[in-house]
Amino acid sequence: MNTPIERYNNTAMALHWLVALLIFAAFPLGVYMHDLPLSPTKLQYYSYHKWIGITILLLVIARVVWRFTHTPPPLPASTPRWEVVVSHITHLALYGLLLAIPFSGWLMSSAKGFQTVWFGVLPLPDLVEKNKELGQLLATVHQGLNVFLFLLVGMHIAAVIKHKFIDHDQILERMLPKGMSK
Amino acid sequence: MKSLLRVVLLSSALVSGFASAVEFKQVQANESTVTFGYKQMGVPMEGKFAKFSAQTSFDPAKLAKAQARIDIDLASIDTGSEEANDEVVGKPWFNAKAFPSAGFVSTGVKALGGNRYEATGKLTIKGKTLDVTAPFTFQANGTRGLFDGVFTIKRLDYNIGEGVWADVGTVANEIQIKFHLVLTATPNKK
Ligand code: HEM
Repeated sequence: MNTPIERYNNTAMALHWLVALLIFAAFPLGVYMHDLPLSPTKLQYYSYHKWIGITILLLVIARVVWRFTHTPPPLPASTPRWEVVVSHITHLALYGLLLAIPFSGWLMSSAKGFQTVWFGVLPLPDLVEKNKELGQLLATVHQGLNVFLFLLVGMHIAAVIKHKFIDHDQILERMLPKGMSK
Repeated sequence: MKSLLRVVLLSSALVSGFASAVEFKQVQANESTVTFGYKQMGVPMEGKFAKFSAQTSFDPAKLAKAQARIDIDLASIDTGSEEANDEVVGKPWFNAKAFPSAGFVSTGVKALGGNRYEATGKLTIKGKTLDVTAPFTFQANGTRGLFDGVFTIKRLDYNIGEGVWADVGTVANEIQIKFHLVLTATPNKK
């Protein structure tokens, strides 16, 4: 157990934790804002949600680029085959959802007739025309994809807990800067 | 021979008809629109009023006599979302129960050169009357006259959006009002 841990590099770590943080902001905000009565606060929360969501989209695109151009540190040789397979599928699905969810949100906003203007400054093009039925459909898609995200993030965290407290291995440390782990 | 004579007579009648001034009076409601634009959290939004009535008379040769009166049925507003439609007829916004319509009455029209004009008048919304100036263009197309103009009002001047909605950081104070009126002409007898 004395071999030094092979960590993800700083770029990968920064992107990972930034995206994690933003998901923990965007997700509860999305659930909460939905049932608010119309008020300036509601309009602000919707905008913040959209801005955070688009930021996630951009960061996840950067992560995908990183992933295609880098090889992550190899898993410990002792990792069971099923864990390798399940973790790969989970990670792939998380990337997919983190692209599809904000994209569906963007399209939904266009279809509902509310353009997305990132941080109130950068207008994103409306890729679909205003269309009430399509807007409702995309809202359902956005919601449904988020249910999957919730489940997968749950699995992802459960796996970290298992590695840390049951297997006592150093999977978590791979994604933590040196100073933060012994 | 007969038909040729008819054409000559008809066209001379038409020419004389146009030589005397043409007054544009009949508003074509189904072709005319009153729309508005504003910004919400920096996002450009558009809406329209489905119902309005207009009485106008406009003769580019007799601007001193030009008149316009437009009444807008506020409950016919379409802001682009149902939630907002229900909201804006309420008390903090238009209070449409107490003030069902908004009205513009012109006080004068002056020529700005070319096909550009400027109307001044009184705009009444929610019991408040203020002076407004609306530049517009006018194009005559046979007996059809097209009026296109846009002017900006500040919603808080009329107490549109009170209480929490008075925050102009969320819904901007400036509202652009755009009108596109199609009028048909009645040739002037005098
Ligand atoms: C990874 C990024 C995102 C996550 C995790 C996320 C998550 C959520 C969640 C959990 C909801 C609540 C669903 C419900 O309870 O009905 C929601 C709603 C919503 N999201 Fe997102 N979202 C993201 C990105 C975006 C983006 C980029 C936009 C638009 C540009 C957007 C627009 C919306 C809108 C408009 C709603 C409300 C839907 C409605 O009122 O029916 N979201 N989002």
